[in-house]
Amino acid sequence: MPSLNLDRVRKSFGTTLVLDDVSLSAESREFIAFLGPSGSGKSTLLRIIAGLESADAGEVWLEGRRIDPLPPGERGVAMVFQHYALYPHMSARENMAFGLKNAKVPREEIDRRIADAAAVLEISELIDRKPAQMSGGQRQRVAIGRALVKQPKLFLLDEPLSNLDAALRLRTRVELAQLKQRVDAAVIMVTHDQAEAMTLADRIVVMNDRRIQQVGRPMEIYNRPANVFVAQFVGSPAMTLLPAQLSGDGEFAGLKLGDGSAVDTRVPRGGLPSGAELRLGLRPETVRVDGGKATTRGKVELVERLGERTLVYARLADGQAITAEDEGDSRVRIGDEVPLAIDGAAAHVFGPDGAGYHRADA
Amino acid sequence: MTSARDWRGLLFVAPFLALYSLILVFPLLRGLWLSLNQVDLFGAGHFVGFGNYAELFSDPVFGTSLVNTFVVTLMIVPPLTVIALLLALALNRAGSGAAIIRGIFFSSAVLSVTIVTLIWRFILAPDAGLLGEAWKAFGWEPLAFLSDQHLVLPALALTTIWWSVGFPMLLFLAGLQQIPEDMYEAAALDGAGRWTTFRQITLPALRRTVVLVVMLQTAAQLQLFGQSQLLTAGGPSGGSRTAVLFLFETAFGRWQLGYASAAAEVLFLIILAVTLTQYWLTGRATGAEGGR
Repeated sequence: MPSLNLDRVRKSFGTTLVLDDVSLSAESREFIAFLGPSGSGKSTLLRIIAGLESADAGEVWLEGRRIDPLPPGERGVAMVFQHYALYPHMSARENMAFGLKNAKVPREEIDRRIADAAAVLEISELIDRKPAQMSGGQRQRVAIGRALVKQPKLFLLDEPLSNLDAALRLRTRVELAQLKQRVDAAVIMVTHDQAEAMTLADRIVVMNDRRIQQVGRPMEIYNRPANVFVAQFVGSPAMTLLPAQLSGDGEFAGLKLGDGSAVDTRVPRGGLPSGAELRLGLRPETVRVDGGKATTRGKVELVERLGERTLVYARLADGQAITAEDEGDSRVRIGDEVPLAIDGAAAHVFGPDGAGYHRADA
Repeated sequence: MTSARDWRGLLFVAPFLALYSLILVFPLLRGLWLSLNQVDLFGAGHFVGFGNYAELFSDPVFGTSLVNTFVVTLMIVPPLTVIALLLALALNRAGSGAAIIRGIFFSSAVLSVTIVTLIWRFILAPDAGLLGEAWKAFGWEPLAFLSDQHLVLPALALTTIWWSVGFPMLLFLAGLQQIPEDMYEAAALDGAGRWTTFRQITLPALRRTVVLVVMLQTAAQLQLFGQSQLLTAGGPSGGSRTAVLFLFETAFGRWQLGYASAAAEVLFLIILAVTLTQYWLTGRATGAEGGR
C-alpha cells in the first residue's frame, strides 16, 4: 500500500490554474524530490499536502487516511520551512516541544523525544538557546529537530538547503541523506536544484507548467527523459537538441542532421513517428572534440574550462548550437573550427510533440 | 584621532547644540531655578530655597490633582492598549473594507482636543446628550457624567481613549505586519489553535510594541490637560483637576510662577521615575530576546 497518494489534485489562484489534475503516490520511507523551475506548481503541491493551501479538487491520502479535509496539525505531517520559521522568543527546546504540547504528549515523552532528536542532530549544547543566538546551520538543525520529534508519517522539506552557503549546503545534504536512513517516514523535498534532487531522492518528480512531467529514479530521469522539458531541465549543461530527419532503414533509427552529417542511434526505429520532424538529443559528454572519429565539424563560440574537463559551445555548419566536451587540458580556443565525434549510441530522439525515445537498455 | 579632528566634529554639531541649549537646556534649568524662588509675573522675586516644595507637599489641592492624574492614567492606559490591540488584530487584513475602517478609527487622532471635547460634551451632557437619550430610551435616569464626582474621571478616560486609540492601533498594525507568515504556518502544522497561536506566537512577537505603547501612553496621560480643562475645567469641586491643570491654574490663574515650577519639577520626576521603572521591568523580562 502506498504511504502517500495524491489523486487528481487541482488548484487555481484566481483564474490562474497552477496544478492541473496531479496524481502521484509514494511508498513509505521513500524520499521524493519535487524538481522544477519556479512557478511550476511544486511548492503549491507541497503546501496542499501540508494543509497550508486547500486544493480546488482532488484527494490527498496518507497511510490509508484521507487528510485533505483535516487541518494541518492533524495530518501526521511535519514540515521544515525554507526560512526555518523557528519561533524567535522560544529556545530550541521550546520550539521542538511546542507541537508536542499542543498534541498533549506527556511531559516525560516530550523530554525523551527532544533529547533523542538533539543527540541525533548534535544540537544538545544549544538546546536552551534562542534562534537569534544560533548560526544558520544550527537553526536549520533545530527546524529539522522540530519536525523529527513529531514522529510524522511524512516529512515535507521546502527548499531546505537554499538558505545555506555552499560548504554548509554540501554538509547538510549529507546529513539529510543520513537522516533519511533513520526516520520511519516518507520524505518529500521541494527543490529547484537538480544536484540536490539527484543525490538525495529515491525518485524525482519533475514538474513544469502545472503538471508532472516525469516520475522516476534519478538515473532514469537522466537517461530516459520523458520529454524535451525533462531532457533540458535535468543535466548541466543542458542537453543539445538538433533538428533531424529519419533516414535509412535499419533496426535502429539513423538520423540526418541539418549540416548533412549522419548519426546512427540505438533508438529502435519501430516506435518513432514516421515522416515527422524529429530532434536529436545529445548530452555534452556524448559529443567529443576528436579528430579521429569526427562525424561533423563546429565553430567554437565559447570555451569553459572546469579543470577535469572542458566544455566547448560550438555551432554546426547550419548554425545549430551544440555543446561538446574535451579534455581538461584542451587547447581549443574561441573561433577555432573543431572536429566533433557524436556518440550515436548514447543519443536520444524526440518526436514533434516533444516525447522522448531512447535505446531499449538505457 | 587628533584634537583638531575633534574640534572639526564639534563644529558640525554646534548648530544643533546651540539650538538644543537655547530651547531645551536653558528653560529646564531656568524652571529649576524658578522653583526655588517666589516669583510673580512682575518683579524679580526672591529666593526661598525648598520652600515651594515644602508647601506643595502639604497642599491638599496638589495632592488631589496628583491622585486624579494617577487614577485617570490607570483608567486610560490598560483599556486603551487592549482596545488598540483588538482593533489592530481585527483590521490586520488586506482589502479596501479593512482599510476604510482603519482610516475611520485613526481619524479621531487627527482632531484637536477642542473638537474632541466639544463632541463628547454633546455625548455626555445629561439633559440632551447622546448617552442621556439612550439611557432615557431604556427608561433610566440619565447620568450626569460631567457633574458627578465619581463619574467625571471615567468620562475623561472615555473621551481620551476615543481620541487616542488611533496611533497605538497603527503601532500594533505595524507590529503585526512584521510577523512572518511562515510563523503562523509553522504554528498551524504544530497543531496550535487560535488562542494558543495568539498567546504563544502573536503576543510575544508584539511584546516590544506593547511596551512602547504603554510607555508612550503613560507618559502622555500623566500630562493630561486639555480634556479636563475644556470638558469640566477641573470640576466638579476639583474632581477632575489633573496635575498639569493644577500647574496651569497656579501659573496663569494665580500667577505663582515659582510654586507652579516646583509642581512641574515634581511631575517631571514622577514621569521620569514611572517611565524608567517600566523600561527597567520590561528590559528584564525581554532580556535575552533577539530577532529570529
